[in-house]
Amino acid sequence: MIWDWSFAAAILPELLRATLVTLQATLYASLTALIFGFVLALLRRSGIRLIRWPTAAFIEVVRSTPLLLQLYFIFFVLPQYGLSLSPILAGTLGLGIHYATYISEVYRAGIEDVPTGQWEAAKVLNLTMPRTWSSIIVPQVITRIVPSLGNYVVQMFKATAILEAITLVELLGEANVIGAQSFRYLEPFTLVGLIFLALSYPAALGLRYLERKLHVRH
Amino acid sequence: MAPQQIGEYLRLLSSGIQVTITLTVVSGLLCIVVAVVAGVARLSNWRVIRTSAGIFIEFFRGTNAIVQLFWAFYSLPLLGIYLSPMSAAIIVLSLNAGAYGAEIVRGAIQAVPLGQREASMALNMKSTTMITRVILPQAYPAMVPPFTNLLIELLKTTPLVSLITISDMTFVGDTIRTRTGDNDTVFILLFVLYFALAICIAALGRMLERIPKYRRTPSTSRRQARVKHDLEVAP
Repeated sequence: MIWDWSFAAAILPELLRATLVTLQATLYASLTALIFGFVLALLRRSGIRLIRWPTAAFIEVVRSTPLLLQLYFIFFVLPQYGLSLSPILAGTLGLGIHYATYISEVYRAGIEDVPTGQWEAAKVLNLTMPRTWSSIIVPQVITRIVPSLGNYVVQMFKATAILEAITLVELLGEANVIGAQSFRYLEPFTLVGLIFLALSYPAALGLRYLERKLHVRH
Repeated sequence: MAPQQIGEYLRLLSSGIQVTITLTVVSGLLCIVVAVVAGVARLSNWRVIRTSAGIFIEFFRGTNAIVQLFWAFYSLPLLGIYLSPMSAAIIVLSLNAGAYGAEIVRGAIQAVPLGQREASMALNMKSTTMITRVILPQAYPAMVPPFTNLLIELLKTTPLVSLITISDMTFVGDTIRTRTGDNDTVFILLFVLYFALAICIAALGRMLERIPKYRRTPSTSRRQARVKHDLEVAP
């Protein structure tokens, strides 16, 4: 069986519609990860050991165990305790928490990267803590971390394909459905790969450009 | 969560544990080979080699492992290439991780001072000798910590093979779960097992870092490598 252009053209609209689900999952998961990652970063920097250590342990465990397993856990175990989530919710939550642990380290590295002199200067100028954060620290952190955060968003976009395993019909799930109906797997999976590449590669190039433009490293 | 129950689950899981370890070790070794070849090729003086290595790297990093896996499993046979699920999984995992590893190798090689290359040239070394005897040994300390992280990432990718019918740890665990309905014990056990394997890889990495022969240049810690990785923009 070789490549069939007319079949590929016929299934493309369906796949593009499924791409919207993928993008939706990416958006929700990114927001979850960006916010929860920030919380984790703050807890990780807490002055109280009883908060700092469990947070560090949580980050380490989530980072060292497979995402698929975490998704299964959310999707199959939590309902036993009365928390039933729809595939899209379970998926974005799982994906969001998993990447939040990565992103928290980005925030942390970004914050630690601000020279101590900046903190000292803010103190000397008698700035309040909120003012120090909002006018001195955050603006410097942001330029440094935006490309890295974008990078993780792109990775999350690619990772959404795993959500197929918890029955979310996104891009890969749709390709599977088409394959099961038509017994043609070559066109759907190839197209899915190309769609992922077509979206993630330009995004990555854009981020590299942004990184150079912000000129924050080297 | 009775102790004898956990023992029973572990006994049932043992075949899956073996599959996961085999997959990780074999793909891990192949990934290192792929990474070194592609990483060195990326810096080749010949444009053809440099560009093809670049396309390979960007392609495998630009799409996702799960799509590549499904493609190799479902689509390759339609092109007349028949692979067993296990070999399809090993090929995909090692090429995918190898593409990420290639960038580690490239970065580490570029960090070796240019003078070393010039000195090898002045000594009239062949370029293969220069790479294997001068450049790679010096790039080694900078490569070990990020490679350790990469192998842990590889371990974390292996559960995806359960979706193409390979009975790895996750697959067997999922089977036990559907048979017994004992979801939480099985999954917590799987978490513990994966975490233990990740710790083993980290320990192995620390051991490799200490190989005295190569300890001339200071190496970064795994944590530093991780922070660097977190801040790096790579598709």
